[in-house]
Amino acid sequence: MNLYELTISSASKLLNEKKISSVDLTKAIFERIDKVEPKIKAYLKVLKESALAEAKESDKRRKAGKTLSKIDGIPLSIKDLFCTRDVETTAASNILKDFIPPYDSTIVKRLKDAGMVMVGKTNLDAFAHGSSTENSDFGPTHNPWDLDRVPGGSSGGSAAAVAADECLGSIGTDTGGSIRQPASLCGVIGLKPTYGRVSRYGVIAMASSLDVVGPITKTTEDAALLMEIIAGRDPLDATTLDVPVPKYSDNLDRNLKGLKVGIPKEYFTSGMDKDVEEIVKGAIKKLESLGAKSVEISLPHTDYALATYYIIQPAEVSSNLSRYDGIKYGFSTLRKNKNQALEEVYFSSRGQGFGDEAKRRIMLGTYVLSAGYYDAYYRRALKLRTLVKQDFEKAFNSSASGVDVIITPVSPTPAFKIGEKTSDPVKMYLSDIYTVPINPAGVPAISTPAGFVNRDGKNLPVGIQIIGPILGEEIILQVSHQLEKAINIKQKPDI
Amino acid sequence: MIKKDDVLLVAKLARLQLTDIQIDKFSRQLNGVFDLFEKIDRVKLEGVAETSQVTGLGNVLRDDKVVPDKSQDILRNVPYRKENLIVVPKIIAEKQ
Repeated sequence: MNLYELTISSASKLLNEKKISSVDLTKAIFERIDKVEPKIKAYLKVLKESALAEAKESDKRRKAGKTLSKIDGIPLSIKDLFCTRDVETTAASNILKDFIPPYDSTIVKRLKDAGMVMVGKTNLDAFAHGSSTENSDFGPTHNPWDLDRVPGGSSGGSAAAVAADECLGSIGTDTGGSIRQPASLCGVIGLKPTYGRVSRYGVIAMASSLDVVGPITKTTEDAALLMEIIAGRDPLDATTLDVPVPKYSDNLDRNLKGLKVGIPKEYFTSGMDKDVEEIVKGAIKKLESLGAKSVEISLPHTDYALATYYIIQPAEVSSNLSRYDGIKYGFSTLRKNKNQALEEVYFSSRGQGFGDEAKRRIMLGTYVLSAGYYDAYYRRALKLRTLVKQDFEKAFNSSASGVDVIITPVSPTPAFKIGEKTSDPVKMYLSDIYTVPINPAGVPAISTPAGFVNRDGKNLPVGIQIIGPILGEEIILQVSHQLEKAINIKQKPDI
Repeated sequence: MIKKDDVLLVAKLARLQLTDIQIDKFSRQLNGVFDLFEKIDRVKLEGVAETSQVTGLGNVLRDDKVVPDKSQDILRNVPYRKENLIVVPKIIAEKQ
């Protein structure tokens, strides 16, 4: 077996048994990157020199018996939305090109303190606005299973890098599906934790009431391992929850006998690819064969969730992106011409610095928040958010014979072709239809590979979404782990 | 229905310079997005509370402690500065 094909947990074991070194492992990853990266384009920046130095340090620690954690010496990638001290952080946007953060985001700091080897910063839709990475201002990432197709987005670079064995795991963000949808389209695990479970400090903000940070990995066990490091209260993010972090990886072998699985009827309507539907139903049958019981449930406001999301999210985007003004940092027309008036600097720096999708969302958000439209759109969306959230609370209510987990598709189709949806934003937005209701509700959900569909002679992965109640990461990881073992996918992309 | 004038007004409010081609394109595309929003009028929302965050957390306080100063690192990214000051252009332009 090639070293780059290892999972985090298997590599960790081999490192501890001193059968491999972190330097060997890291070198293997960079050889892999040299080979496949010209086709995949998952990375915006590869940090070979510093990564090899970090690997050397890790090996030294191990030799001295001072290993920091299970991920000490493990090569990971980070979505380029996370501030990394002294390493350019762009959010894949021109307006942040050359931006050098003066500090590490909390999650990067925690991973560094645990001994991570940082391989590089991965591509994304600029500012995480998108479902395909085609909105990256620096060019799209390609799906390892079919290079003509998108890897999903916005964390498409992370998912593609994991699927193509260009790192052992990655950290992404999810505002409306940005971890789960690319994980599904690339055939890897993607966990969107409960809102507030993981710190957002130092993550370039998209929509602050919806953004969450989570792992993208080859196995559920690896996602559990990374969660143990990244989850938990952070004094620098006041929205993090002060709740102890379970040892997720110790409790994965749960027997699913008697587990109550809810199947929301609103998610199985027209618009879903027939082959995708077959795979989702097959996964539900697998869970039943493991002893779970499935019941049809209703999440009655599902139909309004997409509209609610596409009002609240741009509203928060327009507010968060107002900080890019050409005065404090980032792209600025002032750098070339110091004789401009303030308004000119604002208009020209933002006009030239933001891409089309950022502009669309800023304008949408500004519109729904503006006088005369606030009540009709934004306020109504905040009320609808309550109803969407209550749908999930009722479904999981244990005192009213609620379910343990909910199963749905992740994406209505497998990976689509590059260029297929770029001219029609609504088409692109609709590819998130099964993932966006989760974020306004704040509940956790995981995308787990469940099978393949064949398109143009290529096998394309399809994932299913396992949704849990607030702080229910433990149970969705358990179900994902059991399903992963039962389905036992061995196939790898041929790049 | 989003008209060209709406796009112009919103772009002005958001301090975005747009080209003529962009104005036409965005007018068309934003209309498509607003079609998605039409259905929200069908739900009865009287008496429903608003949700702006889901954690239920209230005020979160911290100790009033001095932390290390990072101003030099932060200033590194400023487009136009004089020593430790950020230069902000004139707010009112001079008459040409």
